[in-house]
Amino acid sequence: MESKSVLITGGSRGIGKQLVSAFLDEGHKVIATCRDKSKSQFQKHKNLTVENLDISSTESVNSLKKLVEDMNISILVNNAGITKDNLFLRMSDEDWEEVINTNLNGVFRVTRLVIKNMVKQRWGRVINISSISGIMGNSGQTNYSASKAGLDGFTRSLAKELGSRNITVNSVAPGFVETDMTEGIIAEDIIDKIPLKRVGKPSDISPIVLFLASGEANYITGQTLVVDGGLFMK
Amino acid sequence: MSDVLNKVVDIVCGQLSVDKADVNPESSFVEDLGADSLDTVELVMAFEEEFDVEIPDDEAEKITTIQSAVEWIESNS
Repeated sequence: MESKSVLITGGSRGIGKQLVSAFLDEGHKVIATCRDKSKSQFQKHKNLTVENLDISSTESVNSLKKLVEDMNISILVNNAGITKDNLFLRMSDEDWEEVINTNLNGVFRVTRLVIKNMVKQRWGRVINISSISGIMGNSGQTNYSASKAGLDGFTRSLAKELGSRNITVNSVAPGFVETDMTEGIIAEDIIDKIPLKRVGKPSDISPIVLFLASGEANYITGQTLVVDGGLFMK
Repeated sequence: MSDVLNKVVDIVCGQLSVDKADVNPESSFVEDLGADSLDTVELVMAFEEEFDVEIPDDEAEKITTIQSAVEWIESNS
C-alpha cells in the first residue's frame, strides 16, 4: 500500500507505542499524540511528528486541526484511553465522568477532526481500540465497559454513514494485554481461562490494526475484531 | 448567468457528477440529481467555502435546489 498519513492517539506507551512503530515500519507518516510529550520517550524518525493532545479537552483537540489538514490524515487510530476502576458502589462522579469523557467523548472529538477530509478524499480508515471489557463486562469496570461498548456502537453507526465514501470504521477489542493499563490486574486465574494460555502483547494487536488500515481489508467495516487469545467467544 | 449561479452550478455538477446541460435552477439535488444525504452535507460545506459564509443547519435543510442555494447566498453575502 502506498504511504499514507496516520494519526494515532495515546502513542507514548502500551499498544499505542507499538502501533506508532508498526505504521512507521510500513512507511507511513505518523502523527503520534500523548498528553505530555516532554515526559515521554519517542523514537526519532523522519516520518514521525509528536504532538501534545488531551482528548478529554475540546480545545486541545481543535488545536490539532490545522496539522491534521496539512498532513491530509487518512488513517485514524483512536487508541488513547484510560481506566478508573472501582466497584460501582464506590464509584465517584469523577471516576465515571472522566472515563466516559476521555474514552467515548474523546473519540467523538478526534474523529470529527479527520472525517471531513476523508469524505472529500473518498477514502479513509478509522480504527477504534475498544476492549473485550465492553463486550463481556468486567467487575470493577462499569465505566470503562460502558465507554467501550459505546465505542463499538459508534463504530457501527459511523461505518453505515460513511461506507458510501469508501471510509471503513472498525473496532479492535483486545483482551488482556501487558501494558501499564493492566498492571496489577492480571491474576493467575485469568490465564487459566485463556485458551492460548498467555496474556497478550502489544505486538499481538498491531498487525490487526495495520491489516484494517491496509488495502486488504477493503470489504470489512462496522466490525469489532476481538483479539484476546480466545478468552471471549460469542 | 449571474456569477453566484455559475459557481453554484459548477459546485453541484462537480459534487454530483452531472452535466451542466442536465441541470436547471429548479433541479432538486436529491430528487432530480441523485444526491444522497452525505452529498447534501458536502454541497452545503462547499457553498460555505466558496462564498465564505456560514449556513446554519436549519437553513441548510431548506437549500434543496440550485435556485434556493443561489437565493440564500445572494441574500446573505
